[in-house]
This record gives sequence, structure tokens and C-alpha cells, in this order.
Amino acid sequence: MTTSEEFGYALNFTLNGSPVTTEVAGNTLLIDLLRDKLGLTGTHLGCDTSQCGACLVHIDGASSKACAVMAGDLDGADIVTIEGMAASDGKLSSLQQAFQDHHGLQCGFCTPGMIMSAASLLKDVPQPSEAQIRAHLDGNFCRCTGYQNIVKAILAASGQEVEHV
Amino acid sequence: MYEFEFVKPTTLKDAVQILSDDDEAVVLAGGQTLVPTLRQRLAMPSQLVSLSALKELQDLSADAGMVTIGAGVTHARVAAEAAAFPALAALAGGIGDHAVRNRGTIGGSVANNDPSACYPAAVLACGATVVTDQRSIAADAFFDGMFTTVLDEGEIVTGLQFPIPQQAGYAKFKQPASHFALAGVFVAKFAEGVRVAVTGVSEDGVFRWADAEAALNTDFSVDAVMDLALPMDDVMSDIHADAEYRAHLAGVMLKRAVTAALS
Repeated sequence: MTTSEEFGYALNFTLNGSPVTTEVAGNTLLIDLLRDKLGLTGTHLGCDTSQCGACLVHIDGASSKACAVMAGDLDGADIVTIEGMAASDGKLSSLQQAFQDHHGLQCGFCTPGMIMSAASLLKDVPQPSEAQIRAHLDGNFCRCTGYQNIVKAILAASGQEVEHV
Repeated sequence: MYEFEFVKPTTLKDAVQILSDDDEAVVLAGGQTLVPTLRQRLAMPSQLVSLSALKELQDLSADAGMVTIGAGVTHARVAAEAAAFPALAALAGGIGDHAVRNRGTIGGSVANNDPSACYPAAVLACGATVVTDQRSIAADAFFDGMFTTVLDEGEIVTGLQFPIPQQAGYAKFKQPASHFALAGVFVAKFAEGVRVAVTGVSEDGVFRWADAEAALNTDFSVDAVMDLALPMDDVMSDIHADAEYRAHLAGVMLKRAVTAALS
């Protein structure tokens, strides 16, 4: 990270597979950089208290709350947001498709965080149990679905039966 | 947020120098409490000094009955790598949610001394040693009331040394949104005796529960603490749990912690 006269700090990192060079102020949050500066508004700001998980992204492969990470800490990082989940031609990932197939969303506000959270679980545990899914979603709040169809979608995306849920 | 500068030193020496030159500078050690605090404008630092690039704070090792953890090690890493001390790994794996555990650090948690945080209970119950850039501090002398420790201005926690107990267990009843402990109890049995620390309950932060220690020193069993009640002095009360409920939860968590230690 180097100092830039105009904004404070020059940053270089990888965002959804592409290199990004930008400038931020010392007090810029990752979520503000993503939404306001880079125009990636899929990452949502929900609770503003770092509890709801709507702003979940992956930093160097680890799920992280974009509202609780300073942009200045991310020089050289590899960041993936919800915009990086679908293929470049717009074809949804199998996880996103499962959310659509199983109606794993209603208003959709929490969905980007849900997808990023579920993706991080499936990376570590390819076939999670229902209990593991519910425990993993502890940090993602949904106020519409009651979680039932979200759990179904994640089970389906991992190739498991959903009838019993 | 108020405006501030952001610096990311690459050596501990540089971090210490920045903090000693500027008494308005604040350490960023994971930020899972500090960043939300900054966002609420409850803090107004001149600069944020990120410790994330300090490789010397990233080691985790176990030998000779001791687990040594660098201050910059995340909760997720303690959960995955502290196999020599399973109760501590389990505690770390229950902090916050997975995203918090990927960013939050043990040094940040211990230095912050949130009265409802999990790590202070483990540090105090184990009689761990807090190592800083200047000295080593025994757990019994480190915590100094809610959000307060004996750390001096600009003093940086560099690591923790936990003696591994013969038997240990931690149980917490968590507040479902923040995942902090409404009551959390860590029980650690050593050859020299049992130590019990309680978090989430007292207005003065983490404390040792003397009556529980005495009972468990006589008989390390759930039966020994079955009827033990926490004295109601200085018990926290808020919208999540009033004082009477919290004191009751402390008793329940004590029994669960002993059960975990015996399993």
C-alpha cells in the first residue's frame, strides 16, 4: 500500500478474478469501496452493526463481513463478491440456481450474504448435514423465509435429498 | 466514521514506534469489535494501526504442557489448530459466527476485555500469561474491569501462553444476534487445583468464582456444584437478560462446563 495525495491510499487487489487498482481514504470500509466506488451493489448493507451477514464476501477464501473490514487492510488480497459467483455469461452457479429452484428467498435482501456464506460451507464440507447448515447460517439473518427453503436449497446444491427437511 | 489515517506496519518495532509517537493512534487487531465501534462514532482515533501484516504475531505452537498463541492468530485458526487444548479450540470455534472467527484475533479480544467475550474466561481460568512488547503479565493481574486491562497506552499484546489443564470445559449461553455470552463459564483442573472463570455476568468483567473452585477442589463433579448459586453482587442487567436470570445462567453454565470437562 502506498500513499496517494488525492484520496490517501492506493490499493491493488484481485476482485472476482480481475486485478483492481484504486484509491481509498484511511477510513474507507470494504463495503463502501465495493458499493460506492466500484459499483458492485450486490453486497448488501443490512444491520449496520456487523451482525446480519448481508454483506458477506470472501477475502483470500475466508468469509468476512465487508462492513467490518477496512479497505486499507486489503492490499494484495483476493476478494470474491456475489457478482463473482455466476459465470461471465450470466449462468447462475449451481448454488444460486438451487436457491431459485427451491424458493430460498423472498425479499432477497439477505440472499447475497446467504449465498456467500453457503459457498464457504460447501467448500469446507461438501455434503453438510441439516444441522451443520443451520449452525453455519448462525451469522446470516433472514426475516422472510424462516430459513426452511434456504436450508433446502443448500442441501440440494450439495446433491442431497431435500424431501425430509 | 470520523476521518483517520490508516497504517499497516510490517514489523512490531515499527508498530510500537507509531503508537509511542501518537497517543491518539489505535491498534486494529481484527476489528470485529473496533470497526463497528468506529462506525458508531464511539471512537475518534487519529490513525488506525493495523497489525495484520506482523508475521511475528501469527505463530501457534504446543509443547511441554503449554499452548503458545500469537496475538494475531484468528479465532478460526485457534479452533482448527489448538488440538493440544481441545476446550480452548472449542471455545474459539464458538465465538461469534464464521465470518467473525475468520477476522477476529485472540490478542484483540483479550486486549479489548469485553465483559461478555469468551477468551477472557479461558485466560483467567487457565492462569495464562499475556505477553506484550514490554513484559509478561499473569492473567490474575491483567484484567482490570469492564473493557479495561493493565495494558499501558501503546502497549501491544503479542501473544498468549496457556498452560494445558488436566481437564477443562467451557459452556456459554449466547445472545443470539451478537453471539456474545449472556453467561459463560470456563472450568480448568490442574494438579495444583481447579480454577473457574465467569464471563458475561459481572459489571466488572471476567472474574473467578471462588465458591465453585472450592466445591470442585473437594469433588470434581457436577453433583458438587449442583446447588451452588452465584452471589448477586454486581451482576449485569440489560434488555437481553436481567441480573437474576444471568446469575441463574451462570450456575447452569458451570454445570455444563464441568460436564464438558469430564466428557
